[in-house]
Amino acid sequence: MKVLVAVKRVIDYNVKVRVKPDNTGVDLANVKMAMNPFCEIAVEEAVRLKEKGIANEIVVVSIGPKACQEQIRTALALGADRGIHIEADEDVQSLDAAKLLKAVVEKEEPKLVILGKQSIDSDNNQTGQMLAALTGMGQGTFASEVVVDGEKVNVTREVDGGLMTLSLSLPAVVTTDLRLNEPRYASLPNIMKAKKKPLDVMSPADLGVEIAARLTTLKVEAPAARSAGIKVADVAELVDKLKNEAKVI
Amino acid sequence: MSILVIAEHDNSSLKQATLSVVAAAKAIGGDIDVLVAGENCGAVAEAAAKAEGVAKVLVADNAAYGHFLGENLGELVAEVGKGYSHILTSAGTTGKDFMPRVAALLDVAQVSDIIRVESADTFVRPIYAGNAIATVKTSDSIKVVTVRPTGFDPVAAEGGSAAVEQLDVVKDAGLSSFVGEEKAKSDRPDLASAGIVISGGRGMQNGDNFKMLEQVADLLGAGMGASRAAVDAGFVPNDMQVGQTGKIVAPQLYIAVGISGAIQHLAGMSDSKVIVAINKDEEAPIFQVADYGLVADLFEAVPQLEEELKKVL
Repeated sequence: MKVLVAVKRVIDYNVKVRVKPDNTGVDLANVKMAMNPFCEIAVEEAVRLKEKGIANEIVVVSIGPKACQEQIRTALALGADRGIHIEADEDVQSLDAAKLLKAVVEKEEPKLVILGKQSIDSDNNQTGQMLAALTGMGQGTFASEVVVDGEKVNVTREVDGGLMTLSLSLPAVVTTDLRLNEPRYASLPNIMKAKKKPLDVMSPADLGVEIAARLTTLKVEAPAARSAGIKVADVAELVDKLKNEAKVI
Repeated sequence: MSILVIAEHDNSSLKQATLSVVAAAKAIGGDIDVLVAGENCGAVAEAAAKAEGVAKVLVADNAAYGHFLGENLGELVAEVGKGYSHILTSAGTTGKDFMPRVAALLDVAQVSDIIRVESADTFVRPIYAGNAIATVKTSDSIKVVTVRPTGFDPVAAEGGSAAVEQLDVVKDAGLSSFVGEEKAKSDRPDLASAGIVISGGRGMQNGDNFKMLEQVADLLGAGMGASRAAVDAGFVPNDMQVGQTGKIVAPQLYIAVGISGAIQHLAGMSDSKVIVAINKDEEAPIFQVADYGLVADLFEAVPQLEEELKKVL
């Protein structure tokens, strides 16, 4: 079966985020960018399905400026077969991303679409579910285990208070949680090979989607800093402070 | 304005998070209806009817909603909600699952995980794991919003007397079915609503050592949490994880034991009223946010803490 994986280019998770002094956003100039960590897990899961003989083709798609072809190449180096870049310089919000992905799903007709559960920049946790709704597919969100069985997929989900397992008819959408797998690193020969793998570039217009931001960010501020308190000498002093000063026990 | 709040519950009791979502609805202003969708969830509807500020409770009681499947809830809420100006629910795993489907079906944007209401169309939400706080305005006619419960003090659970109305809307998309669940069994308070939380990190060294923390938690009536490092190392299950990728907590007292204080963890607990850190590394970043820091070997400090607490409690 064919698996479609969506990946997003975001600030590297190790980079300390700084809010711009004019409060218009986060400073991304000269900042290291990388594939969103949840998307790496999505790519890895698809590659494992291919290694098990369940998937026969992995198509990776990314939406954004030209630079996000780097992340598509990374996915190709990890084992995806072909890439689609939807070039968009403007701010593409979740609903529009879902509409673009829906158009790709209609073209490619994958049996399974795997996305990260959220991106670590906007922290929205929306696109996979929106795509599933728009395409009329079932969804297995926050997956910690994915088992394909014929025309069904069983997805174990990380939910408040434990785990929940669902059975979904294929085609379906899965969004990844952290414990689904541990992504591999790309080897140098595979990075070289990835450069020769096919990568199609298209525009939102090619897919018949008009980008129309519904949300306007009025300002972005640094969170209120929490100031460090005091160091206590020993446990007895700690308990005394908690009881008599903070009055929380 | 009219606001529809989708209740979070387990078919038998209303989650306190719902009372915080009603508080967010009050901050927006307007008539507040609560939709209880579930199976044999009459007790939840009764509880919702007593909540302060609720005008009407709508009940969709059907097997199709028993396991809160996102496909079915999405269709139900999109249909019931289209007459409202706002649709709100808690940003728990159930709300995060079905709400974007509602937004997509209504062709509107969703504003996720708000912590403050600025006006009827403008909301404040953390981005970049809480390292930046964005003020966002939506231009859609129906505002679909998920609410971070710790951002709003819950309304009173008692005192209201809303009318309860049964809905005869059955949406079964037939796309998914429930197979099973594994609920972590614990007599301790739920992490998300506990007044005191004690969490362990990589410094705990193994899962067995968390028993030390359990004893302290039992003395304090505290919920138990963990850092992502402790979860990744396999010491404890993932549903204990506090942080950007786990639960967001804001208790009266948060005790971090053997946790260095990675940004990812701080994003999940830095709104706690009082933070205590116990760590042997005095350079650990957790001390920069702690009200009370104790530089000590946790294997000595935690048993001492238990003894000292026994004296004063």
